[in-house]
Amino acid sequence: MVIYGTALLAACVLVGLFIGDTLGVAIGVKANVGGIGFAMLLLIFASEYLRGKNLLPQPTREGVYFWSAIYIPVVVAMAAQQNVVAALKGGPAAILAGTLAVVISFALIPVIERIGKEKPVLQSSVVPE
Amino acid sequence: MEKILLDVLTKNSLLMGFAVIGVTVWFSYWLSNRFTRGRLHGSAIAIMMGLAMAYVSGVFTEGQKGVADVPLLAGVGLMGGAMFRDFAITATAFGVQFSEIRKAGLSGIVSLFAGVLVSFVVGAAVAAAFGYNDAVSMATIGAGAVTYIVGPVTGAAIGASSDVIALSIAAGLVKSILVMVGSPFFARTIGLDNPRTAMVFGGMMGTTSGVCGALAAIDPKLVPYGAMTSTFYTGLGCLMGPSVLFLATQALVG
Repeated sequence: MVIYGTALLAACVLVGLFIGDTLGVAIGVKANVGGIGFAMLLLIFASEYLRGKNLLPQPTREGVYFWSAIYIPVVVAMAAQQNVVAALKGGPAAILAGTLAVVISFALIPVIERIGKEKPVLQSSVVPE
Repeated sequence: MEKILLDVLTKNSLLMGFAVIGVTVWFSYWLSNRFTRGRLHGSAIAIMMGLAMAYVSGVFTEGQKGVADVPLLAGVGLMGGAMFRDFAITATAFGVQFSEIRKAGLSGIVSLFAGVLVSFVVGAAVAAAFGYNDAVSMATIGAGAVTYIVGPVTGAAIGASSDVIALSIAAGLVKSILVMVGSPFFARTIGLDNPRTAMVFGGMMGTTSGVCGALAAIDPKLVPYGAMTSTFYTGLGCLMGPSVLFLATQALVG
């Protein structure tokens, strides 16, 4: 049944958000700490477990895949309700702070990405003459 | 007739939202294929159209929630709201390999701390350059450059004025929008085409909406990996902003 997949997903999100909120309260932060991250981990573990037990037939999977596929439209709807006017009205200080934060963080990604990575096999880029 | 139609549309606002977003996405993919031969991804165009619609609505309604402030389009607000967003983001994790997540391990964690720190320092420095050179304002605007949630949380905790808090939210919004729209253009340059880099990307940028929007346009398969790290970022920022980062700023500028 398709609803089994959707129910599993809903349960994972609810439990994840609960953990995130509890963690936030525990460390005294007014935010949900990693709730969706926990929800995703729960879903990954739950689906791996159920797949191993052969309890994840196609219809059940469809109940999750639909929501996974509807993700991009949801992001579009999310973009459509951002306070774009306020972002631009913040003036040069806000625009510059936001822009520089993005540019510098972005440039650092390759540097951070190398940390803890196993050494890649050397590729012979030099062609012998 | 007109009244009946309006009634049906406002009473079933979520369905109206599905229809409007469906048409927007369809039109965006058509533009993408017709004018860029798919090089500028349809979802990136759709997100930009969403932002543009939000801007136009914001100008006309003077509200804060983009098209969601237009009564006829209130359903878009529900569709793109926290509940559906969390539900759909989590669903993308279905089929993710746990081993891929483990591989990112250390660099994923380092990226979280580095991301919060870099954005904070940049934001605080810009604030100082524009004359906001007291520790409270610098820390609040710096926190805003982390994300638009960390900004007001930090500002409220350390007693910033409301215009500084507004500025910090604006900085965070600019960041989120820029990550969403800009990253797809430079994804190749930094090798953003695998789960590991996507997790570092999520950890460095942090803004969940920006990260997931960008990854959706780059390669939808990468969305769960970026979402996984970015969801911890705001929490970490809220933790560090009003505490260590504010105290460090205070120690520096007195």
